[in-house]
Amino acid sequence: MTDQVLRPAIDVPNAFTQANLGWEPWLEPVPKEELTDRQWAGLVDKGRANSPYFRLLVRDPDILGARTRTDNDIFYNERGGLPRALRELAATAASRTNGCIFCASVHSRFAAHHSKRPDDVQRLLDEGLDAPQDDPQWRAVIDASAALTRTPGEFGPEHVQRLRDAGLDDLAVADAIHGAAFFNWANRLMLSLGEPTPPQG
Amino acid sequence: MTDDVIDRLIGIEEGDALFTLRASRPDARANAQASFEALLQPDDVEHASRLERLAIAWWTVALSHSATAPFYADLLATESPETLRALEGALPEAVTTGPSGDYPEGPLTVEDVAGPHWAPSPALTAVVGDRLAAALAHAHLLTYRPRDSSPDALQALLDAGWDATGVVTLSQLVSFLHFQLRVVAGLTVLKGSLR
Repeated sequence: MTDQVLRPAIDVPNAFTQANLGWEPWLEPVPKEELTDRQWAGLVDKGRANSPYFRLLVRDPDILGARTRTDNDIFYNERGGLPRALRELAATAASRTNGCIFCASVHSRFAAHHSKRPDDVQRLLDEGLDAPQDDPQWRAVIDASAALTRTPGEFGPEHVQRLRDAGLDDLAVADAIHGAAFFNWANRLMLSLGEPTPPQG
Repeated sequence: MTDDVIDRLIGIEEGDALFTLRASRPDARANAQASFEALLQPDDVEHASRLERLAIAWWTVALSHSATAPFYADLLATESPETLRALEGALPEAVTTGPSGDYPEGPLTVEDVAGPHWAPSPALTAVVGDRLAAALAHAHLLTYRPRDSSPDALQALLDAGWDATGVVTLSQLVSFLHFQLRVVAGLTVLKGSLR
């Protein structure tokens, strides 16, 4: 029998926000009690078994495991490179470019937390990629992330130069590239396999 | 040359400055490679065949105007030269720019961008079959208009013979390639700026 999609009846959020949104899948996640050993391994972090998003992706456990480990090293490896706040800013800028309201909510919240600058983050969400940003590192990371996200790609030597002129070293430039590139992966999964739900009251 | 696909696509040799930079994020490097292997050299092809994966891969990176396209063309040509020829013939009418698409009605509606909706021609479908044709349409949607995704788009895949697990694999494949092709594009620019 042909599988059927799920069609959750929800009022989807229609604006970018730092609020804590939920997410509902359009395909059936694997029930927690049916997870195989290989699927538990694919989840990497056992706590992720509580997330319908990860229990949907775990239908293909090998790629989920590799995806999660890629994600963790790009965003959480603290040995040098781009400060965490700016990695989250790259994720937010890519998500703002593609239009992933859910991804932008999570990573704008992280960017605001790590930078202590929620208003500057909110301006990116409200006014978009061209909203004024006084900090040259923020300007350079947002512009580079947006350029890398567009198709065909617009990322060029001028973006590397502006990141360097703002005081970032080569590892930090590579981190910005990876952060924006990774969200072109994450955005497409989040946007195409389900939809965001309003903040829990 | 190293065995790492991203290294090969950029032209990174052991000892290069970029090799050292990538070694600073060893799990990201190893798992970008593991992702490539899980998606394109899988043990289990029950839910998505090797030919389907290679065809979708080339289609995705070619739509993206990516420098990685010749690499994936070679992989697909080894599996099925006739599929590659059919896709190459369909590409000029499918290729466009992105991201585009609509937001849920509200304050972001002013940012809606109309983008072309591509559907496979009967001639292409005759060569590749309904199942792969539906996947090519989905890859086009995810490449250019990801925010236009919908339950209907997934139902079209299910109706064409994909199961839910196959849809997850297909979605991971297209989405991973959008990561890989941007790492290659970004690091290639960085490589050119290193002295």
